[in-house]
Amino acid sequence: MIQKISLYILPAMILAIFFAAAFKKVRIYEEFIEGAKDGFKVSVSIIPYLVAIIVAVSMFKASGAIGLITSFTGGILAKLSIPVDVIPIMITRSLSGSATLGLFSDIASSLGPDSYATKLAAVMVGSSETTFYVLAVYFGSIGIKKYRYALLTGLIADFTGIVLAVLVSRLFFLASTVS
Amino acid sequence: MNYIFFILITLSIIIGVFNNTLSNVVNSMLQACDAAVKISFSLIGIMAFWLGIMRIAEKSGLVQLISKLLNPIAKILFKDVQKDSPAVGDIAMSVTANALGLTNAATPIGLKVMKELQEDNPKKDTATDSMCMFLGMNTAGFQIIPATVIAVLVGVGASNPTEIILPTLIVTTLSFLVAIISAMLLKKIWHKKEEA
Repeated sequence: MIQKISLYILPAMILAIFFAAAFKKVRIYEEFIEGAKDGFKVSVSIIPYLVAIIVAVSMFKASGAIGLITSFTGGILAKLSIPVDVIPIMITRSLSGSATLGLFSDIASSLGPDSYATKLAAVMVGSSETTFYVLAVYFGSIGIKKYRYALLTGLIADFTGIVLAVLVSRLFFLASTVS
Repeated sequence: MNYIFFILITLSIIIGVFNNTLSNVVNSMLQACDAAVKISFSLIGIMAFWLGIMRIAEKSGLVQLISKLLNPIAKILFKDVQKDSPAVGDIAMSVTANALGLTNAATPIGLKVMKELQEDNPKKDTATDSMCMFLGMNTAGFQIIPATVIAVLVGVGASNPTEIILPTLIVTTLSFLVAIISAMLLKKIWHKKEEA
């Protein structure tokens, strides 16, 4: 059902745009080309910003810092019934989408698809957006270097997301799962 | 961002020395440079495609129509956007694309929004209030159906993979609202700071 809906959304959007354009007698092909010309310029202009953020995040991951943070905070978070395995996801979800998804797959296959940790992780991953990556790419594409309060806003939202994911998952899943 | 960059890199090297992972750190540094270029090049095609489609949407008046419909909300959230700018319509399209999980479409449309907001920006190296608001909404990760997560759950054989939809929706909706509210509050704080 869900897969069917997501399959239809994209074509439906394109159809709607094309019908509206035909109705207004827009020269569809010429305008498409005119818009598409920017594709290369935009993609290439974000390279320096991408290099900076991806290098920093990859080095951080490779250093084992996430493991250290996990072992430091594990005791406190266990009291709040947050499984230790979910802690790395809390750290990576703002930093790297592929790393977060990788961690989530690990949890799901090692702790069981119906475990509380998997469900909590699922909610956390599903509600996340890689704040650092988005800021680097979006600001990078127009050459903005002073972010003002954009990063703080993103981090507040991320933190809220983590706290809410824990609370909501407890409400939905912890009562029904034997832990 | 200067602090974050400094902390991430120095901390990685220091931890790398003590944790005996320095060779991993160096290797991943070199690989990451390569990965960054690959990501940007892999974006070119899809970026060109969506920028082309969005150009048609703009010329057909669809974007302006959405802009007009959303003008009452936009006036509150994006005060410094010019009235006839297509930015509001594009912001709506971008939020919709994100909400529907159309990541491929969301990035090109989002970058188009940034370009339009930049046109009204007097200081070209500094973010405007509208940019901070837009990115706040964007990074909150509002999504109606977390398709990727469900796909993973289905893959490992979860008994009821769709049960995470409602809790996830609650979380993303609330953090989306929190992002908007904090952007509005921080805007006031920053204005005071910048006037002083």
